[in-house]
Amino acid sequence: MATTAEMRLDGNAVAGLLREVFAMEATVALVSCAHCGSAGAIGAVEVYAHAPGVVLRCPACTEVVMRFARVRGRLVADLRGVGTLSLPASPDPR
Amino acid sequence: MATPGSSSVTAEPVAAWRPAEVREVVHETPSASTLLLDVQGWPGHRAGQHVDVRLTAEDGYQAQRSYSIASAPEDARLAITVERLDDGEVSPYLVDDVRAGDFVEVRGPVGGWFVWDTRDGGPLFLVAGGSGVAPLMAMLRHRAAAGSDAEATLLLSARRPDDVLYVGELETLAGVRVEITYTREAPSGWTGYARRVDRSMLAEVAPDPERDPRVFVCGPTGFVEGVAHDLVALGYDPSRIRTERFGATGG
Amino acid sequence: MPISRGFRRRHAEPPAGAALPPGQYLTEGFPVLSAGPTPHVQLDTWELSVTGAVDPERRWDWEAFRALPSETITVDIHCVTSWSKLGTQWEGVSVDTLLEGVEPLGGYLVADCYGGYTTNLAVEDVTDGKAWVAFAYDGEPLEPEHGGPARLLVPHLYLWKSAKWVRSLVFTEHNEPGFWETLGYHDHGDPWLEQRYG
Repeated sequence: MATTAEMRLDGNAVAGLLREVFAMEATVALVSCAHCGSAGAIGAVEVYAHAPGVVLRCPACTEVVMRFARVRGRLVADLRGVGTLSLPASPDPR
Repeated sequence: MATPGSSSVTAEPVAAWRPAEVREVVHETPSASTLLLDVQGWPGHRAGQHVDVRLTAEDGYQAQRSYSIASAPEDARLAITVERLDDGEVSPYLVDDVRAGDFVEVRGPVGGWFVWDTRDGGPLFLVAGGSGVAPLMAMLRHRAAAGSDAEATLLLSARRPDDVLYVGELETLAGVRVEITYTREAPSGWTGYARRVDRSMLAEVAPDPERDPRVFVCGPTGFVEGVAHDLVALGYDPSRIRTERFGATGG
Repeated sequence: MPISRGFRRRHAEPPAGAALPPGQYLTEGFPVLSAGPTPHVQLDTWELSVTGAVDPERRWDWEAFRALPSETITVDIHCVTSWSKLGTQWEGVSVDTLLEGVEPLGGYLVADCYGGYTTNLAVEDVTDGKAWVAFAYDGEPLEPEHGGPARLLVPHLYLWKSAKWVRSLVFTEHNEPGFWETLGYHDHGDPWLEQRYG
């Protein structure tokens, strides 16, 4: 039996999913945890993908940072666990 | 090569699924095969990125998995190496059943965290558990194809000689130090490492922490977490250690 | 989209006469699904409570909980990720037993768990012999990966309602969606009506 410790992945594993949500390569974005404030790349957060949805957790405090589920052809995101998100800005002048 | 995420309005989004034709299947080991793919409209990739692969059955059932890209950005075809999980659904099909001319779909490339470019320089320290060597192989192939002289060391943990991926190619990589450790069964007459990767092995093999190497660790979750923990304890800068966990992905 | 020649869903055929809910397939393993790390709860600090909109509240430590009358339950279970498993055998304490002498003051409850997971249920879905707090599976103490020391077992609903590592049944006057329900999963979750999404 696989233990949940062995099933834990990192943010890289959901790069495809995150690209659907953020329309950019999000694993290099920096995210801070709304619970404990620690920050790091999304590529380095802990991911639990073996569930009805996908859960990203803070590697420092294990609280939920983001959750995603595919529901009736829609991708639902809960970002309440995010403190701040820091993304590379678009180089395009607008 | 197109830059992933570039804002050209005409480019197909990277999140789009693209048909990919299997052009060749290389049976690497008794439990792993490499698929060489031609992907329509492939935008190019960086070493260490991966792709999502989707299979569609006759009855419309779909299954999706994520695989590291093993080929260099410079290579003509996209290569993924798949290891069979016996109770899996996708991996037995890709390892044993798929053949040249078959189609799958791919989405990507994705991932920007676990990547290395020759411009990033070295020293490069790569640590692989089993088939976790695949994205690290993409980095070493990129290093060779781009003519980089960055110092590179690969520490590969394998259960037994049969399990070592890319074994012939590893022997011929110029300027790369390759250390293999066998955890279950070593070849007869083997004088190298024959144990799980531990702190003293890392201390012997890794470039000195003072030289601030870029470290990439890929493998099963427990392996990756153990190695990363030991490297930090040995004084390596956590911000230079990038990890990719395989986990028990359900096959 | 292109078909991958020869690829098909891997599953076992249900035995003759056995029916599966719509969209489900049979598994012989027992997949572990989890939204987070497995909490390792020590029995000497474990407790279970019935709280919230009830009169009176109740609380058991492990010893008191295991002293309650328990039952062996043989049921089919259905996971919303589309696997079903037939004839699973559990041992547990009926929620009816936990609620003896307790009056729920509302129509709902939230199962609140070690590790932070929650799921909401209607009182009528956990009473009259429909739900248990299970502490053994297949004759063995329930493993932590499957929800041990104890989990809720509500086999007539999708398995996400059978909350692992249950700590408290918090009764509420209003329906308060839990971890997956707030993300779009169904409040009730009847597999025979295929109530996957809300």
